[in-house]
Amino acid sequence: MNQTAMAENKAITISFPEELSEVQEMVRACIQCGTCSGSCPNEFAMDFTPRRLWRMVLMGQKDDIFKSKTFSLCSSCYYCTLRCPRGLPLTEAMAALKQIAAKDGLSKYKQSSLFYKSFLESVRRHGKVREMEFMTMYFTAMKSPFLPFRFAALGMRLMGKGKVHIQIPSKGEGKLKAIFRKVEEMEGR
Amino acid sequence: MNYLYYPGCSLEGSALEYNLSTIAFMEAMGIELTEIEDWTCCGASAAESVSHLLSLALPARNLALAETMELDADLMIPCSACYLNLRNVAEKIKKEPDILNEINTVLKEDNLELKGDIQVRHLLDVVATDLGADSLAPKIRKSLDGLSIAPYYGCQCLRPYTVFDDPEKPTTMEPLINVTGARVHAWDMGGKCCGASHMNTKMDVGMELVAAILRAARGADAVVTVCPMCQMNLEAYQKKISATYGEDLSMTILYLPQLIGLAIGLSDKDLRLDLNLSITESFRNKLNNDCVK
Ligand code: SF4
Ligand code: SF4
Repeated sequence: MNQTAMAENKAITISFPEELSEVQEMVRACIQCGTCSGSCPNEFAMDFTPRRLWRMVLMGQKDDIFKSKTFSLCSSCYYCTLRCPRGLPLTEAMAALKQIAAKDGLSKYKQSSLFYKSFLESVRRHGKVREMEFMTMYFTAMKSPFLPFRFAALGMRLMGKGKVHIQIPSKGEGKLKAIFRKVEEMEGR
Repeated sequence: MNYLYYPGCSLEGSALEYNLSTIAFMEAMGIELTEIEDWTCCGASAAESVSHLLSLALPARNLALAETMELDADLMIPCSACYLNLRNVAEKIKKEPDILNEINTVLKEDNLELKGDIQVRHLLDVVATDLGADSLAPKIRKSLDGLSIAPYYGCQCLRPYTVFDDPEKPTTMEPLINVTGARVHAWDMGGKCCGASHMNTKMDVGMELVAAILRAARGADAVVTVCPMCQMNLEAYQKKISATYGEDLSMTILYLPQLIGLAIGLSDKDLRLDLNLSITESFRNKLNNDCVK
């Protein structure tokens, strides 16, 4: 176990326990055959295989589930959903775990969820994602001076082709504000 | 033939050439595209990672807008992620009327209402099923013989909704490649995952997946894609991946409308090959060379 994992070894409290039970419903019929694990292109990088994760979900082991990086490594390829002999909505179940982690601001999931939240913020403001603006917001939120570096070269190439432009984050017209607000209200966030 | 058209955000930015080559190709085939007025982002893979309801409401807004255009036509989408998001709403509301109510409660804030009577189709579905190799054959002006092309489908146009192709062994691009005169590169990576947004959030994992695809493409002259995210993952990081794995994994990556567009006589300017991030010298030479007549 690495140091960050140690530091996070304290119990994880999820503020939305009923949502884990929704995920439990999704995988209730799992027979632990392992087809999902065998189909997953990201299994090599996971600490628990998908099959074991579903077992943990059914056992309600929320500490282990949210300390694990398994769900955050799902790239939504839908192979497991296609092949599960019980026809379970496994990709959606992975997404449901991501949603719980995003809502609770779990630190393990921080990088992914900041990426997605920056993306959505750009969408909320302008209706469409402004690629450079969203990257700027993401880096600012990550407070990592090294991260932009990784993308600088690609950003320059895209700019050179006139595909993206330097965009200072702006307020925009708030085109989708009403929709975002209503969703937040209905999901009680 | 006539289609409603939802380009999606990437096609106005990093995948501009997918948009422009699609429009050029369709026009040359005599097909009219009508862009949805005032369309907005479908939520990409971001919304489903943050909020379930938002991941339905964002695509639903665009479907509702498409309905207001009162055109008796299917909706064509070139981006696989956008396609899946919009298709997902169309499929879900058919099965669960409660979801339609929930969505409409949200859309009401924007004075919109979703009915759900529009067919959502992927670009590959339209090109392979509605057009097909047969309608391309009489239009071929430049044979691409001498080229070997690896068809890459990616995930989300094939799965979970298995609409127009085999989700395990996809083949719909093969007749389209053959009709250009090119050969189909034999491989089994066509439906494998490129890692989607891993390249942004978990680069080491994303590189592993992309490296496997590029490695299997060796021997082909180009890989052809039907999704801006796949395209970006395959084309943009080749140098870094080659350096990391200590092997040359450079490869030409084209969008499908660019390849078949070349064959029906559109120029590389019409198809904006200048905007692609990875077109190799040897591909350019072969394209301009006499072996391609
Ligand atoms: S494939 Fe389905 S039934 Fe088999 S272990 Fe995975 S979730 Fe369970
Ligand atoms: S959908 Fe996610 S969990 Fe399922 S096989 Fe694909 S990457 Fe793995």
